[in-house]
Amino acid sequence: MIAVELSKMLRRPRTWVTILLLNALPTLVAVLLAVTDLGPRPGSGPAFLSAVLADGTLFPLAALAIILPLFLPIAVSVFAGDSVAGEAQSGTLRYLLVRPVGRTRLLVAKLVSVIAFVLLAVVIVAATAYVVGSLLLGDQPLAASVSGTTLTPEQVAVRTVLAIGYITLSMLGVASIALLLSTLTDSPLAAALGALAFLIASSLLLTLDAAEVLQPYLPTRYWLSFVDLFRDPIFWRDIVRGIGLQAVYVVVLLGAAWANFTTKDVTS
Amino acid sequence: MIRTRELTKRYGSILAVDGVSLDVRAGDIYGFLGANGSGKTTTVRMILGLVLATSGEVQLLGQPMPRGGRKALPQVGALVEGPAAYAHLSGRANLALLDAMGAGGVRRTRQGRIDAVLEQVGLAEVGRRPVKAYSLGMRQRLGLGAALLRQPRLLVLDEPTNGLDPQGIREIRELLQHLHANGTTVFLSSHLLAEVEQLCTRVGVLDRGRLVLQEDLADLQAPTGRTVVHTPDYDRAHALLDGRIEQRDGDRLVVRGADPAQLNAMLVSDGIRVTELGPERRTLEQVVLAATDTSSHQVGVTR
Repeated sequence: MIAVELSKMLRRPRTWVTILLLNALPTLVAVLLAVTDLGPRPGSGPAFLSAVLADGTLFPLAALAIILPLFLPIAVSVFAGDSVAGEAQSGTLRYLLVRPVGRTRLLVAKLVSVIAFVLLAVVIVAATAYVVGSLLLGDQPLAASVSGTTLTPEQVAVRTVLAIGYITLSMLGVASIALLLSTLTDSPLAAALGALAFLIASSLLLTLDAAEVLQPYLPTRYWLSFVDLFRDPIFWRDIVRGIGLQAVYVVVLLGAAWANFTTKDVTS
Repeated sequence: MIRTRELTKRYGSILAVDGVSLDVRAGDIYGFLGANGSGKTTTVRMILGLVLATSGEVQLLGQPMPRGGRKALPQVGALVEGPAAYAHLSGRANLALLDAMGAGGVRRTRQGRIDAVLEQVGLAEVGRRPVKAYSLGMRQRLGLGAALLRQPRLLVLDEPTNGLDPQGIREIRELLQHLHANGTTVFLSSHLLAEVEQLCTRVGVLDRGRLVLQEDLADLQAPTGRTVVHTPDYDRAHALLDGRIEQRDGDRLVVRGADPAQLNAMLVSDGIRVTELGPERRTLEQVVLAATDTSSHQVGVTR
């Protein structure tokens, strides 16, 4: 069942179009940087972007930092929001359930497929950015940590893998919101937009001093903490908090999605 | 095959299905009749475990639903409220996906089974085209093909001839008769009386959520004990049959007495001309109309 769901995801034109679009913005940024040679001043602009003019192999991290705040969450919301509601809207949900596919199994398969999509997207963006960065941008092996000390290429590689894992977990939080909404409505659009509204509200509250008491619990609070993996030594505090927070969101939201979906009348 | 007991579904204040006790036996072609909005589809969905009953029980192939769906549903083929498929994939790919999704879809035999059902439902030529290029009738056939893919013991079909042309309707009818002859039980929900009358061996009639009739079609259409005679010689027939004529409509007389042969001999020996003669049978339409209240035909009251 999970294998079938994965093959469905991979055979869908939408999957590849989304990944292509996710690659477009970082690639455009790389081309602009290479042509103009105008990097942002260190400490301003998206993370790592000031360093990539010198060392293009750092561009995967810059690319992830570019798509993380908005592009990637949109893609994940659309994808996860469509997972159950899309089947309901096209009518295929009832045929899956009378096939029969257990409701819990279907939900798990959808979740696995969303995780696979996030991983696939993040890895492809990172790989593309590595190629683009190596070709277009600086080739001094700077490999500088955010703290200013030098990291070995092995350290960079390990920490990049950790960063991809952390970003995937952060996106899993988004996916859980969208998946819950996807079991509540038969409209994929409503589920995706609902999840996005939640994230936009969270981002907005993060900028508001009056919302300070809420801020440690907002889902987007620790998203960009993956940058801390590239400090020397790694600054774990926010990363650990981020992991804990996302884990709570994922468990609660997926639990609610499961409770709703396994007891609901499928009238689509 | 399907047995429900006092099955009830309430949506808020609306009682969609009200105490329905169906009994579909092995070997039936069961026609489940009812106006649009009478609760047919909700009942079908409860039988298949898609909608959870407010109260009452469903037994599908001896298994309680929805709990026993894992055991019962692999032996059931279903078409519920129109077909559905992934539009960007071919009909063939859709069947393969659905087959791979759950238990009982043996991979080794999959291609062969897909070829066979595409042939059966008349889609062999277009199986490789994407479903978005299919007409409504072709989608309907594909949905039927999906239901047949694992040679189910029971077919649950909701409006299976929707969107088909008369030729297609006849093909599907012949296909269902063929499957029935090979031992498949068919549960067919429809609002088309003619379709049910031509195909079914047993009917249940749903009216505003209540099962108002459930009987063998042959019993419903049994002779009524009266004979219908067409004759241009009304006055002489009237004199001869004195008092046995119950109705007259122009040349058409309804005569008390269940033996048309005897009546014919009597009329002819008296020189009365007969153009048509036969035992009176009720049509399914008359039966259904008698069973349901006339008020159910007002849209808005219907639920």
